[in-house]
Amino acid sequence: MADASYPDDLHYHAEHDWARVEGDQATLGITWYAQDSLGEIVFFDPPKQGATVTKDSPYTEVESVKAVSDVTAPLSGEIIEVNETLADSPEKINDDPYGEGWLVKISLSDPSEAESLMDAAAYEATLD
Amino acid sequence: MTGFAGWEMPAQYQGIRAEHLAVRQRAGVFDVSHMGQIKTCGPQATELLQRLLSGDLRKLPKGGAQYGVICREDGGVLDDVITYRLAECEYLTVSNAANHERDLAWFSSHARGYNADVIDLIDRFAMLAVQGPEARAIVDELADGPLPIRMRVCERSVGSRPVTICGTGYTGEDGVELLLDPADAPAVWDALIAAGAVPAGLGARDTLRLEACFPLYGNELSEGRGPIEAGLGWCCAEATGFIGSDAVARTRKSDASASGPAEKSVPAQRLVAFVLDGPGIARPGNPISQGGTVTSGTLSPSLERGIGMAYVPAERATPGTPLTIDVRGTERGATVHRKPIYSKEA
Repeated sequence: MADASYPDDLHYHAEHDWARVEGDQATLGITWYAQDSLGEIVFFDPPKQGATVTKDSPYTEVESVKAVSDVTAPLSGEIIEVNETLADSPEKINDDPYGEGWLVKISLSDPSEAESLMDAAAYEATLD
Repeated sequence: MTGFAGWEMPAQYQGIRAEHLAVRQRAGVFDVSHMGQIKTCGPQATELLQRLLSGDLRKLPKGGAQYGVICREDGGVLDDVITYRLAECEYLTVSNAANHERDLAWFSSHARGYNADVIDLIDRFAMLAVQGPEARAIVDELADGPLPIRMRVCERSVGSRPVTICGTGYTGEDGVELLLDPADAPAVWDALIAAGAVPAGLGARDTLRLEACFPLYGNELSEGRGPIEAGLGWCCAEATGFIGSDAVARTRKSDASASGPAEKSVPAQRLVAFVLDGPGIARPGNPISQGGTVTSGTLSPSLERGIGMAYVPAERATPGTPLTIDVRGTERGATVHRKPIYSKEA
């Protein structure tokens, strides 16, 4: 498992989610802290393409051996792509939470929402 | 660390799956010091315990261990326990942490009128479970004499510390459990690790017991359920007259004559094991479309499939019967599996 890291180019939500905003789209995932707290992720049932996600509301689940956890949307929009490779290799969420372990891409309904998210330093400060 | 019944306990060390597979393939050691111990001794200890425990104590020899349940008058299960007969009139009952105080009060209140003493020893014992195909060899190396066979108990020195060794466990693997002075536990733990046992947490203990289809109190067992529907009729000897035996006998009888006219409005349920047909993991509380509820569910590290146990209508309890489980809004197919779900021969 990778060492703790919180890349500077991402936006962070207090529920331990990240968003990589590119124009009016964003890639979403869970943070290093989230995957470390959950332990080995053994199941990810991707949400449907075209589904609507709402900032601060759960949009999918990740499961460790022991428990299922909701994943909160850091931003609102419509799912335009899901990471299908996680169905067979959910451990990518542990191994590479900001890279191959991304969960979904969305088209943003309100790109200005990103302004309410934290930067890496502010998020990291919440973890102590 | 995770909190449980006032104990801080290790849920996992290196990861549930790795620890689980280490126990299946080699050996793991679990700190189960949260388990309670009640000593019952005195001239009428056997008579008292025969009222409290579901098993036939005439079949429990000195140096033996016996699994059983503690029932209320109505047959509801108060706890499931293992009792060791340490001497002719001296027994040690290992209880579940969350039930220990209630068990102790139950034992003490029923001891009135018997020439027997009930003594709480939970603070006197740490408990380490060494489990897996290599577990006995690891403990054997540290012990000053032969280990007890399955369901037997004896006193030994392990790593130069006095230990009560029991040929019991909760993983479906061979192994032993060690009862010892808490002050000696760290040294014995370290010696076991040095000898090759892998530290295993309570997360792996849960996946292991579920593959082996051992019930867990609070999930499969509760005051609202009797031992027959839980599949524990084998440890109930109603002829002994234990508390709850009349109710247990009635359920067993109605169970046997299930083809007759149904007198009960609610159909009897049975505890079954199941394996999911496809991806997904059922969890406790998930409803079953054909009736019933999941009591335990996890991903089986051995099978890499979702497995679990559930109460289902008795007529759906036969292995091979299809079930549909509502996993948080998604219907997932599952099939009733014979118990255990995992065995070495499979």
